[in-house]
Amino acid sequence: MEICRQKDELEISELDPFLAELLRQIPVSTKPEGTPTAEDRLFSPPAGTKEKEICAEWKLYVQPELRRLFRSATETVAADLEQLNGNEKPFANCTLRIPAKHADAWLNALNQARLVIVAKNNFTDGELCDHYRSPIGSRRDLSLFQVNFYGFLQEFILRELIGSQEKPCD
Amino acid sequence: MSWQPPWGRAGVAVSQATVRLSLAPNAAGPVVEEPAIGEETGSKEDVDLPWQVVVHNDPVNLMTYVTMVFQRVFGYPREKAERHMLEVHHKGHSILWSGVRERAELYVQQLHGYLLLATLEKVN
Repeated sequence: MEICRQKDELEISELDPFLAELLRQIPVSTKPEGTPTAEDRLFSPPAGTKEKEICAEWKLYVQPELRRLFRSATETVAADLEQLNGNEKPFANCTLRIPAKHADAWLNALNQARLVIVAKNNFTDGELCDHYRSPIGSRRDLSLFQVNFYGFLQEFILRELIGSQEKPCD
Repeated sequence: MSWQPPWGRAGVAVSQATVRLSLAPNAAGPVVEEPAIGEETGSKEDVDLPWQVVVHNDPVNLMTYVTMVFQRVFGYPREKAERHMLEVHHKGHSILWSGVRERAELYVQQLHGYLLLATLEKVN
């Protein structure tokens, strides 16, 4: 896999079918439904349990707004990922181009997906720091690999965002 | 996000005061009536106490991401944002800002939009 910036796009090329499938999994991975711990992590309380009024009003007024924000980011990413569905040769490597203006949506959706996967699998700190674990062993190992792969993508997007702020592009 | 929660106005201390000018009989000049002060909507405690925005540690969010969020939300320079990020990482939490409740609520809302674990707390 190659990853670089091309003018106003972030280009991920030489994507093998396995990594392409992990990317396709981003939108569905952001869904916390069925796992209360994942839902609780995406919509964490704004104050301690003593502040009942603040928490109740937050649920009523702010949470719907946050849901809209998260959904919008996921939809943007899902639309970009449509590029991966048009490959004529099913097992060929492919390329994904992400418009730079979608970088924030990608950061948000990748973060949602990572948080939900970690909450669903209840990963420990030790597991999260183990970047060299094989993805082949089990479904749990694959999920951990997914978290690390999405983290790698986030790092790349952040580096490009920060880089473009600090030194203007030609 | 630019939406402001309706309850964000609850802590406003000074209510609308109205001053009317009227001409009284045999008066040489205008008489100023007593201003009518409306009732406060928040409790005195809410108004007087400052609130703080606290960000808590989370093993999932990347350090570079947290630094970028602090820069964006609070407008902190990179060095200050990194100091706070490292404090969160090593001590488990960091106080990012303190002041009036309304502003603290908006900061917490923005931080939640970036999926950070943030709370607002009364300063003891």
